[in-house]
Amino acid sequence: MNFAKLIKTTVVSASLVLLSASSSVFAQNTSVTLLNVSYDPTRELYVDFDSAFSKYWKNKTGQDVVIKQSHGGSGKQARSVIEGLDADVVTLGLAGDIDAIHNHGNLIPADWQKRLPHNSSPYTSTIILVVREGNPKGIKDWDDLAKPGISVITPNPKTSGGARWNYLAAWEYAKRKYGSEAKAKEFVQALYKNVPVLDTGARGSSVTFAQRRQGDVLIAWENEAYLLEKEFGDKVDVIYPSISILAEPPVAVVDKNVDRKGTRQVAQAYLEYLYTDEGQEIIGRNFYRPTSEKAKAKYSKQYPKLTLFTIDEAFGGWTKADKDHFADGGSFDQIYLKK
Amino acid sequence: MTTSFFHSHSSSTKLRVLPGFKLTLGFTLFYLSLIVLIPLSALIFKTFSISWDQFITAVTSERVVASYKLTFGASLIAALVNAVFGLLIAWVLVRYDFFGKKIIDALIDLPFALPTAVAGISLTALLTSNGWVGQYTEKLGVQLAFNPNGIVIALIFIGLPFVVRTVQPVLEDAEKELEEAATCLGATRIQTFTRVIFPSIAPALLTGFAMAFARAIGEYGSVIFIAGNMPLVSEITPLIIIGKLEQFDYAGATSVAVVLLAFSFMMLLTINALQTWQRKLTGAAL
Repeated sequence: MNFAKLIKTTVVSASLVLLSASSSVFAQNTSVTLLNVSYDPTRELYVDFDSAFSKYWKNKTGQDVVIKQSHGGSGKQARSVIEGLDADVVTLGLAGDIDAIHNHGNLIPADWQKRLPHNSSPYTSTIILVVREGNPKGIKDWDDLAKPGISVITPNPKTSGGARWNYLAAWEYAKRKYGSEAKAKEFVQALYKNVPVLDTGARGSSVTFAQRRQGDVLIAWENEAYLLEKEFGDKVDVIYPSISILAEPPVAVVDKNVDRKGTRQVAQAYLEYLYTDEGQEIIGRNFYRPTSEKAKAKYSKQYPKLTLFTIDEAFGGWTKADKDHFADGGSFDQIYLKK
Repeated sequence: MTTSFFHSHSSSTKLRVLPGFKLTLGFTLFYLSLIVLIPLSALIFKTFSISWDQFITAVTSERVVASYKLTFGASLIAALVNAVFGLLIAWVLVRYDFFGKKIIDALIDLPFALPTAVAGISLTALLTSNGWVGQYTEKLGVQLAFNPNGIVIALIFIGLPFVVRTVQPVLEDAEKELEEAATCLGATRIQTFTRVIFPSIAPALLTGFAMAFARAIGEYGSVIFIAGNMPLVSEITPLIIIGKLEQFDYAGATSVAVVLLAFSFMMLLTINALQTWQRKLTGAAL
């Protein structure tokens, strides 16, 4: 009797397992998972954007799409993808990191940046300054940062993509103002003498500045600066320098991965959706600069005009800038070593 | 451990009382290769992708050398501090009974269990110029966070359990009768400690010291938040390695790692040798 009962339960539970297994196979047919490997400051942006895209995709195709996000330092994220992280799309901090995915992993073609509008950058950003409430040290522009007695917070360019933008923005400002590369180097050297802490990433520096209350001024991504103002509104002020760098964080489909997983269509649509009116609206709302004329006009008040230069025109592209400034023996090493 | 292996190896042809030697040794070697040796050899192979000159340049540049000094110096100081205070704590926990002893005993393991990043962030919050502790030390002119002081403090934090947990069981096993005999024979309290107790726990203390030291050399998570990471001043070697990886300089990163590994291995060997020598000296039958 008991034995028969045992067999019965076994059969029932086994068929239940089979049933649930088959239903999960069934479910896989109607839903798709995308992995978006991104960099640190885009967390809030993609939380917003992903939910909008899954609604849009469901309406359009009837398919459920689940988007998984991975965030971290831009270079580290690129390395993870090269080493096998199954990213369908990458949305990183600088083109150099996606170039690396071509150079070191050959997961995407060399001309990836031509595949989407605006150099594959659906949003742009820039580097600005954040000071303590009321700006007690009277900081107005880059040259105030190199004055004695000012303490500046910025991350380490060796480990942080954001820090490289900061460094290059200061460099180009000085080059234009004082007229030579040598003068620019002196300026940057004086500026980094004022830096007491070099965190490993942009978020780390924000925390050091806002929560640990270190330093008089933080050099930060524009979106990071607004997030700080949102969170610590009564304690910090945002300052626009006269000139800064145009950051174009690019996006790309990772060809080898989407072809293997069969997700190219949805991955492509995901990135293209960033360029639509709704995508651009979400971008503007999350403190990135939209690229479409319509959204630009709408957000023109939020993002004051300032002179912006690109890395290509000022430094001849990322590869060259990396080699000249951040590789071993580059200008960043030189300003710290005794002569 | 190494010495006992060689001893048993020399007599492996004899019939053993305990069966299963070949099987267990085979498994040990296989397991060690899988978990330790293969990753390490991958590290060394990667390093061989660059020439000797490139290797030397990568591992001897001014910033890298400054980071070795900092990493080994701070680790040594932290391990020494832990050796002294870890011994004291182990002593208190073994020899005295008091209210809340169990809780304190459990607290010791916390640095093991806590994610190192959490440790780093909380220590930084505590020690910066507006932290609970930092605001007072700052007034006295001592800055604890964002300089080498912070690194040493973080390393003391993560290394403490190693010393306590290695010394504790040995202290527990130490025979009280020996101390009593020493006292009866006219030894002063200090003599009893230095001549009787200390020699019996010294090997365990050395082991604890070595483990705390080795752990400190490789520590990244807890240090990085508090160090300040200034080139030549407060950049630890693991940060240099991360920095090189960040620039896709894999070979440069592994080169520095190999140097770090070689140093650590030499130190551990020296400490092992010291232990053997010390055991011979005291004639401990361990």
